Amino acid sequence: MTTKPVSLRNPLAHARGLGSAKSGFAHWRGLRVTALALIPLTIWFVISVIAHLGSPLPEIRAWLAHPVNAALFILFIAVGLHHAANGLTEVYEDYVHGHYTKLVADLATKGLAVFLGAAMTVSVLKIAMLG
Amino acid sequence: MSASEAVPQKRPRPLSPHLQIYRPQISSALSIFHRGTGIALSIGTLLLAWWVIAAAVGPEAFAAAQWFIGSWLGLLMLLGWTASLFYHLCAGIRHLAWDAGWGYDLPTMHKTGYAVLIATAVLTVLAWIIGLVVW
Repeated sequence: MTTKPVSLRNPLAHARGLGSAKSGFAHWRGLRVTALALIPLTIWFVISVIAHLGSPLPEIRAWLAHPVNAALFILFIAVGLHHAANGLTEVYEDYVHGHYTKLVADLATKGLAVFLGAAMTVSVLKIAMLG
Repeated sequence: MSASEAVPQKRPRPLSPHLQIYRPQISSALSIFHRGTGIALSIGTLLLAWWVIAAAVGPEAFAAAQWFIGSWLGLLMLLGWTASLFYHLCAGIRHLAWDAGWGYDLPTMHKTGYAVLIATAVLTVLAWIIGLVVW
């Protein structure tokens, strides 16, 4: 009794105030925060790609070798893949009903996202450091 | 109670209207477009990954990626990618506005919905006109 302060709030109000607990809110918030970050990153990415359409490889590499472009590109793919994997998890939660099917789909998606993120980051760093 | 139990075939339990009965509305259509374009962009990331990794691997790998992107299938995928990207971007901003508590009333919701569709079309056409001129 000493740890619980006397309150007129019933358990439902208490639950509403705290949310449903577990990791739901972090997941929800993560999607929004990455979405917000992706607005400027996407605009930068689209303009950059259009500016380099049809450019020969050395020009593409020179563009990616610039530290600011390399940083923005790595951020774009890291934040984008995080957003994509989180979004796909939401789709699986809605449409995939088998527990293990959902688990496998979710883990496969996250695994692929992490692999693609690592491979693309290494590619950008290789271009940035070795030209 | 006993009457309804006696004739279950004539008086089936009421069902909530499902997709094939529901009249399509801009609200539900744009919602499922957002999902669809999100899934399309996730798959489209594979194309971006190929392009960047090829640029790091070497000229032959990069030429192969460029050849595919320049083929009719590649261009078709790129068109879908561009439209999906602009749609997901515009509709995403609309979702963030809702999360901030703005734009929930029906007239505003319909207006922003059409605005998203128009903005997607304008941005996609604009990007391709500029892109084809630069290419």
